[in-house]
Amino acid sequence: MTITRRNFLKGVAGGGLLLATGVPPARARVSTELPPQAVGLLYDATLCIGCKSCMVNCKVHNSVPGGALYKKGMKSPPYESKGLQGSDGIWDAPRELSGKTLNIIKAYRNGTAEKKDTAINGYAFFKQQCLHCISPACVSVCPAGAFRKDPENGSVYYLADRCIGCRYCQLACPFGVPRYEWDSAWPEVRKCQLCRHRYAEGKYSACAEFCPTGATIFGKVTDLREEAKRRLMLKPGTLYDFPVQTVTSRERTRREIAAYVDGVYGLNEVGGTQNLMLSGVSFELLGFSRNIPRFDLPSLTWAYIAKILWILGGVFVGGTAIHAVTHRKEKGA
Amino acid sequence: MRDMTQYIGPRLGGVANKLLDDSVSARLGIRMATPFTLVLCALIGLAAVVAVYRLLFGIGAASNLNDFWPWGLWIGFDVLGGVAMAAGAFLIAGAVHILNWKKYRCIVRASILNAFFGYLLAAISITLDVGRSFVIWHPLVMWQINSVMFIVALHLVLYLSTLATESSPMVFEKLGWQRTLDFVNRFMVGAVIFGVALSLLHQSSLGANYLIVPGKLSPLWYNKLLPYNFLVSAIMLGLAIVSFETLLTGKVFRHRVPREVVEGLARGMMFVGAFYLVMKVWHLVTGPGIGAALDGSFLGNLYLIEMTVGVIMPLAMLSFRSVRTNLERIFAVDILVILGVLLNRMNVGIFGVSEYATRAGGDYFPSLMEIVLTVGMIAFAILGFKVCAKYLPLFPEEGHH
Ligand code: SF4
Ligand code: SF4
Ligand code: SF4
Repeated sequence: MTITRRNFLKGVAGGGLLLATGVPPARARVSTELPPQAVGLLYDATLCIGCKSCMVNCKVHNSVPGGALYKKGMKSPPYESKGLQGSDGIWDAPRELSGKTLNIIKAYRNGTAEKKDTAINGYAFFKQQCLHCISPACVSVCPAGAFRKDPENGSVYYLADRCIGCRYCQLACPFGVPRYEWDSAWPEVRKCQLCRHRYAEGKYSACAEFCPTGATIFGKVTDLREEAKRRLMLKPGTLYDFPVQTVTSRERTRREIAAYVDGVYGLNEVGGTQNLMLSGVSFELLGFSRNIPRFDLPSLTWAYIAKILWILGGVFVGGTAIHAVTHRKEKGA
Repeated sequence: MRDMTQYIGPRLGGVANKLLDDSVSARLGIRMATPFTLVLCALIGLAAVVAVYRLLFGIGAASNLNDFWPWGLWIGFDVLGGVAMAAGAFLIAGAVHILNWKKYRCIVRASILNAFFGYLLAAISITLDVGRSFVIWHPLVMWQINSVMFIVALHLVLYLSTLATESSPMVFEKLGWQRTLDFVNRFMVGAVIFGVALSLLHQSSLGANYLIVPGKLSPLWYNKLLPYNFLVSAIMLGLAIVSFETLLTGKVFRHRVPREVVEGLARGMMFVGAFYLVMKVWHLVTGPGIGAALDGSFLGNLYLIEMTVGVIMPLAMLSFRSVRTNLERIFAVDILVILGVLLNRMNVGIFGVSEYATRAGGDYFPSLMEIVLTVGMIAFAILGFKVCAKYLPLFPEEGHH
């Protein structure tokens, strides 16, 4: 084979140049700061009565244009009535989060299940949905940028037009939130988008608006954190005026403070989430894994990605040098 | 041989005639009309049916994947395994074109072609594995540099093109297109260096895919060095595959195996394997502890099988000179390494998340259709390699260069 050194170097330089100029201004690494106007939900399991009003209204208010469940030509919300007899398709009985269900209330039961919010011989409700991480793994892993985090209010949303359906988001989400439309030939990923389509109309999350007890409330994350910490500080049994619907609402309901365990879920988990939770039964027992790191997950991959250009450059320089040395004798062939 | 100019005109026919001229491989004695070829074709046909079914009715209909187990056989075996099996190409190409180790020149084409099919396997499978196959090109234009998957996609496309470039001289040589051949050869070393860089990154980035799931992937495999575990084991596997294939083609085709080449590959396997073993033991001791592997659990056992078959047994065998210099025994070592590293990829890609998934209520075993597709893809790679060996100057004769 005859390769002159000059031609060879030209080829290498050309390749390098192509790489350097071909890089469009890609978005830099995922932020770890709470966005300035970050909003979220506080779910207090000790106030939840398991009425599932949030589930019903989540489905209804997200099945309209702009909503997280909406599809063109949709006539009614995507009810899940599989296995229900005589439901005529109007009953909704999801058992898990799914491509049709963005939030779900589940029950914990133990032994005689007599006392609410007690681990032994008690019961409790809990709510599963996207927690709107401050540094979302789903956003960082999506190869097509289909998951985004709003830089203002911090809601994590999804752009189906970009998605390729690889399900990396499902693998990466530490809470197992995103769900896939498995039965579709052109599937989308579904998850709670914090009802961001309702903000323009001056509304807020449907699940909070329709929660009768104040178990789910909407508000600025900074306010929600304060509210949650305040509840934790009070002695169990103290009477407290719990806000209903939103954290700053004037409507209040007076009840006793319950015995909380485990602190505020979402304060430190994966570097913090915009949705927060309080509970009388440990989160571990409710199925929220203890195995959740306390730092932002995207930093794990960034440590690797940041090295890539160095490796590329190193191999080019090293390879060229070695080639020059090992092919000394064939110079100018 | 039929004269193609009768059918498709003098120009195209002339090209076809040259391509279909199998005198280049006459001395290999490759026969196409065999029952084995028929079986391969049948398997490919079945896989094609599954692929169409999957595209028409969705992933849920064709596979057992679910919300708790979003990645399965197609990712664990076809993509992680297929790419790892292709690692031989950049090693041999680099050794020949950059280090100028002339000894390995005789296998450089075969190992590049082999890698080409490995990557093709990965590329076709991932295209069917993503739910929106027709927009799989999105990452290439919608850069998202935080995503390892984006890096993987970019590499896949760039490296497939690099491999095609590296293989193209065989075709041009056959056609006698001297000008094009010279043109491609001029870029060859640049292409090889580019290929080495891409491979180092690509092999490691497949492991880096899993860096973001510390809570899901079992600590038996999860660790911060996962990308480098993947890279080193891929190098070991790549050498084993090249050696395996050299010996196998020596057995089934009439093709003389250059002895010192295979012995050199075995030595390489030994050094890389020893390094890999140190890495893995270090991780086990500093991470989950030896107890985690010995506790008799499903994952612990898988870990033990993977390490015993793929690393410890091969290293033990290779430590004997009598093994390193015996082609039959090297062949056995190759098979062990291949099985062990492929199991490692499936452990990371499929089984390693089982504890998390089961806790969340999920269950997974590949469906018949998933298996049929994977088997069909392997058949496709074997048949493709065979066809190329028959019609292309894959094993240049001694003194040819
Ligand atoms: S909870 Fe999961 S889906 Fe929601 S923002 Fe965090 S990583 Fe994304
Ligand atoms: S499935 Fe879609 S949204 Fe999820 S990571 Fe893949 S491309 Fe992104
Ligand atoms: S914020 Fe909206 S989408 Fe999310 S769970 Fe509540 S109602 Fe559903």
